[in-house]
Amino acid sequence: MLVASLLLAACGTPTAAPTTPPAETTQPPAETTQAPTEAPTTVQTGGEVEIFSWWVGPGEADGLAAMVKVFNADYPQYTFVNAAVAGGAGSNAKAVLATRLQAGNPPDSWQAHAGQETIANYVAAGQVQPLDDFFASTGFASVLPATLIPLISANGHPYSVPVNIHRSNVMWYNPSVVQAAGVTIPAGGFTTWDDFFAACEKIKATGKVCLSMGNEGFTAMHLFENVMIGTIGADKWNGLWLPTPTTDWAGADVTAGLANYAKALSYVNSDAATLSDWQPASKMVADGDAAFNIMGDWAYGYFANPDPNGLALTPHTQFDWSPVPGTQGIFVFLSDSFVKPIGNKNPEGTMAWLTVAASKAGQEAFNPLKGSICARTDCDKSLFSEYSQGAMADWLSNTVVGSLTHGVVAAPAWQTTIDTALKLFIASDLGTKAQSDFQAALVAACKSDGTCQ
Amino acid sequence: MFKNFTFKPRILITAIVLLVVGVAGLYYFTHSKLMIGSFDVTSLGILVAGLVMYSAIPVAMTMIGNETYLSIVLMLPSIAAVAIFVYGFIAWSVRVSFSNWKGLIPNYTFVGFKQYIILFSNDPRFMIDLRNTAVFTVGFILGCLIIGLGLAILLDQKIKGENLFRGIFLLPMSISFIASGVVWSWLMSSATGSRITGINLIFKSLGLNGLISLWHTTPQPWGMAFTIIPAVWQLAGYTMAMYLGGMRSISDDLREAARVDGASEFEIYRYVILPLLQPITLSAVIILGHMSLKIFDLIVALGRGDIRLDVPGIYMWTTTFSGNNYAQGAAIGILMLVGVAVLVIPYLVQNMRTETQV
Repeated sequence: MLVASLLLAACGTPTAAPTTPPAETTQPPAETTQAPTEAPTTVQTGGEVEIFSWWVGPGEADGLAAMVKVFNADYPQYTFVNAAVAGGAGSNAKAVLATRLQAGNPPDSWQAHAGQETIANYVAAGQVQPLDDFFASTGFASVLPATLIPLISANGHPYSVPVNIHRSNVMWYNPSVVQAAGVTIPAGGFTTWDDFFAACEKIKATGKVCLSMGNEGFTAMHLFENVMIGTIGADKWNGLWLPTPTTDWAGADVTAGLANYAKALSYVNSDAATLSDWQPASKMVADGDAAFNIMGDWAYGYFANPDPNGLALTPHTQFDWSPVPGTQGIFVFLSDSFVKPIGNKNPEGTMAWLTVAASKAGQEAFNPLKGSICARTDCDKSLFSEYSQGAMADWLSNTVVGSLTHGVVAAPAWQTTIDTALKLFIASDLGTKAQSDFQAALVAACKSDGTCQ
Repeated sequence: MFKNFTFKPRILITAIVLLVVGVAGLYYFTHSKLMIGSFDVTSLGILVAGLVMYSAIPVAMTMIGNETYLSIVLMLPSIAAVAIFVYGFIAWSVRVSFSNWKGLIPNYTFVGFKQYIILFSNDPRFMIDLRNTAVFTVGFILGCLIIGLGLAILLDQKIKGENLFRGIFLLPMSISFIASGVVWSWLMSSATGSRITGINLIFKSLGLNGLISLWHTTPQPWGMAFTIIPAVWQLAGYTMAMYLGGMRSISDDLREAARVDGASEFEIYRYVILPLLQPITLSAVIILGHMSLKIFDLIVALGRGDIRLDVPGIYMWTTTFSGNNYAQGAAIGILMLVGVAVLVIPYLVQNMRTETQV
């Protein structure tokens, strides 16, 4: 049946989509050798295009469906096959994908966090191809922020097509809890963590939790990167992750960041470990049990969306947001992107999917539903929520730095070692001895990655 | 070999039909993509067709009339499957654990015991895992044995509605560890103030404020001890069933004889029943012990990544699939296997000896 449908599709008239560049002709020669059985005179278009992701939840699955709609309209000759794997914020999907890649059975494209997660995994393993031609022929590079390109490239070659952008450094708060404690948040957010801690003291005095945090799956590291960036700033944060780090992991900047992190943790709800995920922590802010929650901007959808996918709260009155203390003018980003595999069944289909994923229409269909903003800078603002419109303006003007928690700056093995050190720290008494142990473990983690000597 | 050979046309025809159906099935499943709903059943189909094809051999062999050969042929598929999918993969994991494989590209460079040395010399997390496994195993086995034996003795009193109670005590075992872990994490919530919930809320509304607990978020090592509660809740009933079965197999004559000798009911249990239940205790320790040494699902659902409740199974998963450190993950897996083997192999050896003696 599969063979038959492939043959049928191959014999059909190849329809060129209106905005499609002649991507087929710009492929590296390796491409053509992979399909030696095809008739040399006809370019095979059609057949099934299997796209792998972990977008199964509310919002993200709708966004994917909307992008597939664009794909089906532009490329009616292809059949979209949704190979989404649920669970564990992508960790289950990544395990399944790793198995498929090792078995030499890659999907036609897959979702990967842009940055080191793509580069250290798939680029290093030779499982994906560079996209220089694609970026050049579609003009995609010119509609992305200049600070983004190096973060998705290895040795100067871009390797993934970012579809969406999420922001990590958002501080959500409950205006009435904050007001009741007599705390005023400056217009652009707290400028230092010390200001934040002073506010925490006032909130604690009213009997509320100052900072809510979910279980330690990823929320603890999410808080860690935000405290660290808010303490040492964008340049020194970037310096930690350079091939030759310019910020000393053992130095005083990191020490100061860790001290702030320990202090921030002391204001966290005592039952953080038992919460099931980030949502219960955000809900503590919504319910008025806690004043602040530091979480990525996917929390906006949870606060604002109607039941059953959200809490249907009114922005600014029932919940509000500002940048994380000390991160004004910094956009800590993470991005889902798609890659171009080597040795997949339908390379032409891959290019068709990447074209849609990079296109204005595709990103405008996907992002408003997913609750993210376009990686492209030319999307129509009016399609987006009030929060996203603000984020889009910041995406253009802010210093863009990569998230550690969400795979941009560190290879997965390094990130996992940091995560272990971080969890051991949280399990400690957070004292100065524990802080210096934590810093020593971070230095060791950098060495075990091979980045630090 | 062929001295009992009798030609039976119907059996030959059956064998040929099976062979043809099997080959046709193999051809069909390898050349098409059979979907049931959204589920691809190609591999399942190939397996079934292969077995149908294979079944032609034992059917034909019934004509030979030699049971030894027939049983070998019948056993062969499972032996092959176990050899490949159990022992083959154990061997492969051992090989990976001696390698340097980190990242998605397999790297089988032999580095000796490096991965094991890292775990034991310089890995605070693995030390936590070992301590937690020890605490959990001891508490879990003791808890199950004591409560299971207690329940069995109570049910042994020939009470009314014994079947109902047995069902109630056994029921938790039919729930998966994941589900019970999630439910118990709600029950054992350590939230305070207005968000107090679960068992703590019951204590609070009963005025038993002294009993309000942090449960499994209590500072270590006691936090780990609380994870034993759901585990014992699930398997005490099973232990009870084992003991009850053992008690029922003890002849009433022995009890009568003890009573005639003037033994009290307590003494009957202490000096007659319990010594006779020793083999049951041993089996229970083996079964419960191998579960607790490789516990994963309950702790994942309960601890949700809290490193204070970490166990080797979780560490192996994180290392392998989040960190892509396959060599280190394989080393942890092999250490878990060794731990279970230390427990199970002496038992199996002893079992085999007693069986051959009988």
